[in-house]
Amino acid sequence: MRAQPLLRVNDLKKHFYIPTGLFGQETIEVKAVDGVSFDLNAGETLGLVGESGCGKSTTGRTVLKLYRPTSGNVFFDEKDITSIPGEELNKLRTRIQMVFQDPYASLNPRHTVKTIVSEPLVIHGLMKGAELDERVKELMELVGLNPSYMKRFPHEFSGGQRQRIMIARALSVNPDFVVCDEPISALDVSIQAQVVNLLQNLQERLGVAYLFIAHDLSMVKHISHRIAVMYLGKIVELAGRHEIFDNPLHPYTQSLTSAVPIPSPKMERKRQRIILKGEPPSPANPPKGCVFHPRCPIARDICKTEVPQIAEVQPGHFAACHFAGTPIQDT
Amino acid sequence: MASILKVKNLVTKFHTVDGVVNAVNDVSFLLEDGETLAIVGESGSGKSVSMMSIMGLLPMPPAKVEGGQALFNSKDGPVDLIQLPYEAMSDIRGGQIGFVFQDPGTSLNPILTIGKQISETLIRHLGISGREAKDKTVSLLAEVGIPDPTLRFDAFPFQLSGGMRQRVMIAIAVACAPRIVIADEPTTALDVTIQAQIVNLFKELRVKMGVSTIWITHDLGLVAGLADRVLVMYAGQILESAQVDELYENPKHPYTIGLLGALPRLDTQESKRLVSIDGTPPDSTILIHHCPFAWRCAHAFERCWNEKPALTTVGEKHTVACFYAMEEGR
Ligand SMILES: Nc1ncnc2c1ncn2[C@@H]1O[C@H](COP(=O)(O)OP(=O)(O)OP(=O)(O)O)[C@@H](O)[C@H]1O
Ligand SMILES: Nc1ncnc2c1ncn2[C@@H]1O[C@H](COP(=O)(O)OP(=O)(O)OP(=O)(O)O)[C@@H](O)[C@H]1O
Ligand code: SF4
Ligand SMILES: [Mg+2]
Ligand SMILES: [Mg+2]
Repeated sequence: MRAQPLLRVNDLKKHFYIPTGLFGQETIEVKAVDGVSFDLNAGETLGLVGESGCGKSTTGRTVLKLYRPTSGNVFFDEKDITSIPGEELNKLRTRIQMVFQDPYASLNPRHTVKTIVSEPLVIHGLMKGAELDERVKELMELVGLNPSYMKRFPHEFSGGQRQRIMIARALSVNPDFVVCDEPISALDVSIQAQVVNLLQNLQERLGVAYLFIAHDLSMVKHISHRIAVMYLGKIVELAGRHEIFDNPLHPYTQSLTSAVPIPSPKMERKRQRIILKGEPPSPANPPKGCVFHPRCPIARDICKTEVPQIAEVQPGHFAACHFAGTPIQDT
Repeated sequence: MASILKVKNLVTKFHTVDGVVNAVNDVSFLLEDGETLAIVGESGSGKSVSMMSIMGLLPMPPAKVEGGQALFNSKDGPVDLIQLPYEAMSDIRGGQIGFVFQDPGTSLNPILTIGKQISETLIRHLGISGREAKDKTVSLLAEVGIPDPTLRFDAFPFQLSGGMRQRVMIAIAVACAPRIVIADEPTTALDVTIQAQIVNLFKELRVKMGVSTIWITHDLGLVAGLADRVLVMYAGQILESAQVDELYENPKHPYTIGLLGALPRLDTQESKRLVSIDGTPPDSTILIHHCPFAWRCAHAFERCWNEKPALTTVGEKHTVACFYAMEEGR
C-alpha cells in the first residue's frame, strides 16, 4: 500500500482583488493561483518553476495559509488546514516552515543571530534558558555556522551565511515540510552550491520535505525529485525530474527546457532551441481557452475556446494540453 | 585578427567614507575585431566598473581611474578612451560604441517616448533630419522584434514589459552602427524564454552588422552558447582567459574549476553533490598583495601568500594567473 502523501493540495485558488478607479470603487481580479493541485511525500522535494508572476510565491504562501485561499483545500497529514480552527493550526505551524528569497530583507537587522534562530521556538513556547542556548548552538553547527557568531547581527554576515541563518531558523522547530521560495536566487554561483548542498544534506539526515520554488531550471532539476511547471496561475505539467527534461509533453515545458543554458559550448552548438514569441499575458486578463495559446507554436482552434484539464498522460506524468506530447517543429 | 580595443593595466578605485574600494586592480585585455567576449565573475568582482571606467560613465568623485589605457581603434584612428575629453567621449558613446545596461528601467528616460529617445540618438550622432530619424527608428524597432513599431514609437517606457524595454535599449545601442557593443548583464532581469529571445536577437545583429561585443554576466551557462572567448574576473582582477571551448574543457584556475563544478549539469543523469567553494570573496577595501583567491583555494601554498600571480600563457590564447596552475603546466 502506498503511504499517504504528507501534503495534498487540491484545486487551490488565490485571487487578489485590486481596487481601481478614482475612488477605488471598481476592482480588478488577479487570478494569481487558479486551480493548482499536487501531492508531496514525506522527505521529498517538489520543484516549482515558471516565469516571473506566474504565481509560484502565491502558491507557496497560500499552502502555508499565509494567504487565505479563495477556494480549494490543503491537506497536511490528512487534516484540511484551510478549515481547521486556529488553535490546531498553530500546532501544525511548528511542522511547516518557510525560507524566503531575500536573505537581506527578511532578517531583522536589530536582532542577534540567536534571537532570529530561536524565534520560532520562543513563539511556540517550546524551549527556554540553557536548553534554548544549546539548541541554537546545535542548529548553527547543523547549517555550518560557527556557534560563536550567535551574538552577532545580520549585517556582519555574507549573503550565503544569512541564508544559512534563515534555514537554521526554519529548522529550529523540527518541521516536516519547508517551503523554500527562491532560497538561492540572490546568491552568487559559488555560494548557491553551499546552500543547495546544505538543503540536500539536511533532507537526508532529517527527512524534511521541500517545496522548492525557483526560476533556475537546472538548479531545480538538481535538487528536486519531481517538478511542477506553472504558467499564469496553473500547473501545466508535473513529472519526475528527468522525465520533465527528457520527455516534456506540454509545449511550454518544451520551450522552457530548450531555453535553459547548458554550461557546455559543444552541447550549446548542437542544440535546437524553441524560441517562443511574445511574453506571458497578465493574470488580470488571462486569455480564453488555454492560457498558453497566444504563445503556443502548436495551438489550434480548440485551444482558443476550451480550457485543457490536467490529466495523467503517462503514469506519474501530468500535463494540461489538448495536444500534449506533440513535438514542436524547430522555429 | 586585429584588435579593436586594447585595455592595459586599468586601475579604478572609489574613495568613500568607509575607505578606499579597490574595484579594478590592474586589468588588461584585448577585444578582437568581430568577436564576442564574455566577462564572467561574481557580484562585486569589478565587471561593471571596469566597463564604465572605459566608457567614462563613473561618478567622479568618488570614483577615480588611477591608471591604465583603453586604446580604441576608432573611425578616425586609435584613441585612448581614458584620456579623451568629455565632449569627444560623448561622441563615441552611443555612436561608435553602444552600451546596454542591466536594468533597462533606470537607463531609459521615463518621460520621453521610446521613439523620441531613439531618434534623438540618431539625429545627434548621424546628423540626419527628424523625418529620416523617425523612419529609421521605426525600422530599428522592427529589427529588434518590437511588434507594431509605428504604434510603439509613441509609447513611454512604463508601457512596455521588461523584455520590450531591453529590446529598446538594444535598438539604441546599435542605432548608429557601432563598432563595439558593451552589454552589461542584459538578460539577468528577464525570464529564460525572454532571455532566449534576446540572445537570439544579439546573434542575428552580430551576423548582420559584424559588431564586436563585450557581454558581462555571471551566468556560465549563458556564456557557453554565446561567447567566442571568456575572461574570468575575481576581486577586480582577471584570473583566467581562454577560448570558450578551452575554458569549459580545460579550465586551469582553481576558481574557474570551482565555478564550473558549482553548476548543476543538465547533461548527466546521476546527481552528485555540487562542488562548493567555501568562504566568500575578499573585502574590496583591503589592498591585496598576494593571490586574491588564496583564502578559498585548496591548492594555496606559500608563494600564493607572498606574491601576486600575473596572467601567464599556458596554451593557445589561454592565460591564467595562478602559481599552482603554472607549475602544473610545466
Ligand atoms: N499581495 C498581492 N496583491 C495583489 N496581487 C498580487 C499579490 N501578490 C502577488 N500578486 C500578483 O499575483 C501574480 C503572481 O505573483 P507571484 O508573486 O506569486 O509570482 P511568482 O511566480 O512568485 O513570480 P516571481 O518569479 O517574480 O517571484 C502576479 O501577477 C502578482 O502581481
Ligand atoms: N559608486 C560606488 N561607490 C563605492 N563603491 C562602488 C561603487 N560602485 C561600485 N563599487 C564597488 O566596486 C566593486 C566592483 O563593483 P562592480 O559594480 O564593478 O561589480 P560587478 O562585477 O559588476 O558586480 P555585479 O555582478 O553585482 O553587477 C565592488 O566592491 C563595489 O562595491
Ligand atoms: S492546449 Fe493548445 S494552446 Fe494550450 S498548450 Fe496545448 S496546444 Fe498549445
Ligand atoms: Mg516569487
Ligand atoms: Mg555589474
